[in-house]
Amino acid sequence: MDFLVFQYPMITLQACLDGILLGVLFALIAYGMALQWGVMNIINIAQGDLVILGGYIAYFMYLYGIHPAWGVIVAPVIMYFVGIAIYKLVINKVVDRDLFISILATFGISILFMQLMNFAFGADVVLANSGYGTTMLFDNNVVLPNSKIFSAFISIVFAVCLVIYMKKSKLGRAIRATAQNARAAKILGVDTEKVYAATFGINAALCGVAGALISITFTIHPYMGLPYTIRSFMIVIVAGLGNLPGVAMSGMGLGVFEEFADYILGTEFRIGSVFLLLVLILVYRRFKLSRKREYLK
Amino acid sequence: MRLNRIILSFVSALVILFSTSVASFAKVVGDKIILGAAISLTGKYSSNGVHTQNGYNMAVDRINSMGGIKVGGKTYKFDIIYYDDESNPKRAAQLAERLISQDGVEFMLGPYSSGLTKAIAPVTEKYGVPMVEANGASRSLFTKGYKYLFAVLAPANLYLDVAIETAVELNGGKPVRIAQAFEQDAFSQDVRLGILDAAERTGSKIIIDDKLPKELNDMAATLVKVKQMKPDVLVVSGHTKGALTAIRQIAEMKVDVPMLAMTHCDAAKLSKQHGKNSQYALCASQWHKSLTYKDDFFKDGMTYAADFEKEFGYDPPYQSAESSAALLVFKDAFERANSFDQKKVRDALAATNMQTFYGNIKFAPGGQNVDKPMVLFQVMCDASGSCENKVVAPLKWASAKLIHPIPKWSER
Repeated sequence: MDFLVFQYPMITLQACLDGILLGVLFALIAYGMALQWGVMNIINIAQGDLVILGGYIAYFMYLYGIHPAWGVIVAPVIMYFVGIAIYKLVINKVVDRDLFISILATFGISILFMQLMNFAFGADVVLANSGYGTTMLFDNNVVLPNSKIFSAFISIVFAVCLVIYMKKSKLGRAIRATAQNARAAKILGVDTEKVYAATFGINAALCGVAGALISITFTIHPYMGLPYTIRSFMIVIVAGLGNLPGVAMSGMGLGVFEEFADYILGTEFRIGSVFLLLVLILVYRRFKLSRKREYLK
Repeated sequence: MRLNRIILSFVSALVILFSTSVASFAKVVGDKIILGAAISLTGKYSSNGVHTQNGYNMAVDRINSMGGIKVGGKTYKFDIIYYDDESNPKRAAQLAERLISQDGVEFMLGPYSSGLTKAIAPVTEKYGVPMVEANGASRSLFTKGYKYLFAVLAPANLYLDVAIETAVELNGGKPVRIAQAFEQDAFSQDVRLGILDAAERTGSKIIIDDKLPKELNDMAATLVKVKQMKPDVLVVSGHTKGALTAIRQIAEMKVDVPMLAMTHCDAAKLSKQHGKNSQYALCASQWHKSLTYKDDFFKDGMTYAADFEKEFGYDPPYQSAESSAALLVFKDAFERANSFDQKKVRDALAATNMQTFYGNIKFAPGGQNVDKPMVLFQVMCDASGSCENKVVAPLKWASAKLIHPIPKWSER
């Protein structure tokens, strides 16, 4: 039973496709985290909670009769401002302290968000129905819900747009310059404060898109954010900062790994195996969190 | 300096105020019997916590307005002190201590969920405080030898074994092949044990046995296995998120299975969220308003549901109904004990044998209610797409005939 994957080749294909579609979505969340980490050296524990908040935006649109797919446009706009607000209220007060303080601060934000969402939206598990059908392949042996295909497609679109934006636009260049050397960027006239705020906003917007997609594909609940934070943390660690193709690859790799862990070890070890992989990779890469911090106010 | 002194005196005034007001609470004050309850008003169980509280309040108002409780020739009324346990077991245990040792409460009502009841039971047991609980179904609550714990509901292991028995019966008495997926929490694992028992009893074979994580929102892997191995019954239990996720993904992946049995469809408002996709799902429930049990206070299920809806604006889930029943049990026990002595009330509770609108109540030595079977309902939709839960088992209360096997997706 445990080795069903090997008995039925179609299951292997199904697991790979499921994993890749899921992984692309993870990669989008992780890209936001990598951006923020690279530019401001902040590890955002509240990442998953921003995702869930984005999901609620799509859910409420659905409740009011608007197709939840529009959430991928509306959620990032709202979330961008939420991100800027968080930056102005909390992050810019702690960002020049050590890494530990900023982790604590975002951890605090995470708890606050969970409780506020629970208070505002209730503790019920909710979802938004997209009404998208199903794609059947290989004589109905491989099944792909169109909602998953849709979310992977949208994730790719947003990722590509972002890459172009970072390369071509003025703000994108300023962000990259600040990530490389904040002091030099400031001397050359970049308003680093503005860059930091925008980075936080862009990250929150990406979370908003991902959240809207999750409400269409899976379910959302105020307390469901943490697994998304952990996955994106893990993807960023594997890929390294500022390495977008790496983030995409490691995102899909993680998705496929999770699916196979699920088939071979059992569903109960799915999240556990992600943690195990995280520990192994940390040991292997001897990742140094105490990287030199650079921040200019 | 002066400001400091003002603050200090203000705080001490508050402390004095609180200590005097706390001292005025006790088990029975004047004509009031004061019960204590820690309930999840915030945190992840808050929606069901509120259902529980509404159920308690509804029964308190009803009993008080219909003559109260007669003990020793005097009439008393119920009152409840609530604290918010934040859906946190540690906090629940602290609050139980506080209710008993500071507020002087001598009788308790249960919290919401098996986990929190497990946290509180050792405390009430230590102080010998009788607790009637209505929302902790985990089997492990009833195997610890607790003497002061009484549950008006059927234990978790009985939730879905009716489904297996029904499947075997429909299979001409021959064993069936079962696929099951359960969340890894106390309640769902107890439901799983019940299925294992039923499988052994009927000689059925479990071909998929998945445990779902707490953060469950994707069970595609389990469903792919189901698709390949084609079991006769698929059983899923993972609270609300399990029910919602299962229905969404079964519909999306077009998984054909002759019988689908679940828990928590009520709380998940399955048919509301998923419409026709939830059709034919079988759901275990402690109670349904169409059951014909009767009592003097709420008359029957239908009347209860109508009154509840009038007061709180929504159809009562079984969590509210069983919570209301807990107070009927307390009233009955106080009157039979004819005393407020905790031991006498405890003995009276143990000897309970009554019918309420919610069902018959009779406690086994472990404290669980053994006189009320679970009901199974099936989600049935009409052509216009509006769905309803109809009781299909046990046959005595069935308002519709079980549709079996579930039609294939290609034929719907």
